[in-house]
Amino acid sequence: MIRINGLRKTYRGRGGDVAAVAGVDLTVRAGEVFGVLGRSGAGKSTLLRCVNMLERPDAGTITVDGVDLAGLSETGLRTARQRIGMIHQHFALLSSRTAAGNVAFPLEVMGMPRRQRADRVAELLDLVGLRDRAGAYPAQLSGGQKQRVGIARALAGEPKVLLSDEATSALDPDTTGSILALLRDLNQRLGLTILLITHEMEVVKRICDSVAIMSDGVITEAGPVHELLARPDSALARGIFRLGPPPVLDDATIVDVTVVGDGSLISDVARTHDVDVRILDGSVETLAGGRAGLLRLALPGSPASNAAALSQLRAGAVAVEVHP
Amino acid sequence: MTWSEMVPLLWEATKESAYMVLVATLLTAVGGLLVGVALVLTDRGGLLALRPVNALLGLIVNIGRSLPFIILLVAIIPFTRAVVGTTIGTSAAIVPLTVGAIPFYARIVETAIREVNRDVVAAAKAMGASRREIVVKVLLREARPGLVAGLTITVVALVGYSAMAGVVGGGGLGDLAIRYGYQRFETGVMIATVVLLVVFVQLAQMLGDLVARRLSHR
Repeated sequence: MIRINGLRKTYRGRGGDVAAVAGVDLTVRAGEVFGVLGRSGAGKSTLLRCVNMLERPDAGTITVDGVDLAGLSETGLRTARQRIGMIHQHFALLSSRTAAGNVAFPLEVMGMPRRQRADRVAELLDLVGLRDRAGAYPAQLSGGQKQRVGIARALAGEPKVLLSDEATSALDPDTTGSILALLRDLNQRLGLTILLITHEMEVVKRICDSVAIMSDGVITEAGPVHELLARPDSALARGIFRLGPPPVLDDATIVDVTVVGDGSLISDVARTHDVDVRILDGSVETLAGGRAGLLRLALPGSPASNAAALSQLRAGAVAVEVHP
Repeated sequence: MTWSEMVPLLWEATKESAYMVLVATLLTAVGGLLVGVALVLTDRGGLLALRPVNALLGLIVNIGRSLPFIILLVAIIPFTRAVVGTTIGTSAAIVPLTVGAIPFYARIVETAIREVNRDVVAAAKAMGASRREIVVKVLLREARPGLVAGLTITVVALVGYSAMAGVVGGGGLGDLAIRYGYQRFETGVMIATVVLLVVFVQLAQMLGDLVARRLSHR
């Protein structure tokens, strides 16, 4: 749905040139929630703003729903933008317009007749659960309500793609949860493809199907969340599952097991091989695509004596790492 | 001078002042908005970035703002003649008033527009809004409270400028205060004109504040 190839964007500053995006390739599949995770200054924001050409890339191509944006005329680009929704960290609502007026703005830009506009605005506010606040000005709304208006506005043009620029970073944890739930719901109900940037691991955990980790203008790791978690050495797995160094135990095998789903594997192994499996440490997370966890187990005896149990673990778990 | 002598003078002068200030305000509002918007749009990073045009416009505005009004009044006499056909009288005074106030208001417009949240402008662009839509529906609309407050300041400044209109026979309260109150030592006239000018300014300020507050939803 979104294809980014060889993207580069350099800013000329007083202290020399800064390559905000230094060669990025990225593919976002239709219908998925794709997160770009990174610290502030990593170039995420520039990357996102290039996707709808708010920033003109210095090099590279960006294709959204089969249309090469860089090749469009000013008018063509305006039309294309109407089909790409965007939500912002600080909501970016017009303070002089009511919630309904803000949602009506893109419809006016699209040239929808006034009569149709009112119906469509009501429909959109309904979609985000804000029908009763239609007449309120942004200053009278809470942060979460403002972002809901932002989302309704972004969906006005029935976009296939929604770009989210740190949409929950200015919100408290509870409100963040409800906005993320709304985005997930829209993703599933409307088949909306979402490309979001965030510095919060929590956002990736809760709604992302795929993730790219960005630092210093390049992507260091990318792929479906469950695939990255299956690699204990991935930055994502290390960021999500935080276990300390393994303890030193006499005559025991310490093994880190990454599991997905219900985790019945551990009891299966214990029963089949009649071993006392102890769980020393663990981190289990509920993710967008289900549950996943990293468990640190201790089996009595040496690794050699536990060969059979270990091979069953290897067969059933996503990843197994035996500590020497 | 008795009351009965003073009242017709004051009434006449009040009408002249109101006429000059009102017409000059309307023209200044239009001219100042155009120049102010142009200053923002042509600036670096603006929607229509044209640095040479911006620099030239800025220079003209600054020249207009540095000239003392009394000098401007005399300096543009040929222009005034070309526009209204005469260089004396109330209508003739409106020309220098407007020319003097446009640069003043243009800078206020520029500042008010720069206060508009950049994110909102980016959001409008992301929604596919055209330049014209961004100017009219975002920049000017969002800046409205500041534009009205700035226009109020301009009206008050115009009341002050209009006191000098007597130089070209423009009349008005300021002229009355100078001719009768100052030059003929008619303290009564002086006090009456000052009171009327204070009322005038007060009313303008109250109206401006009221409108600005109505428009502000921050």
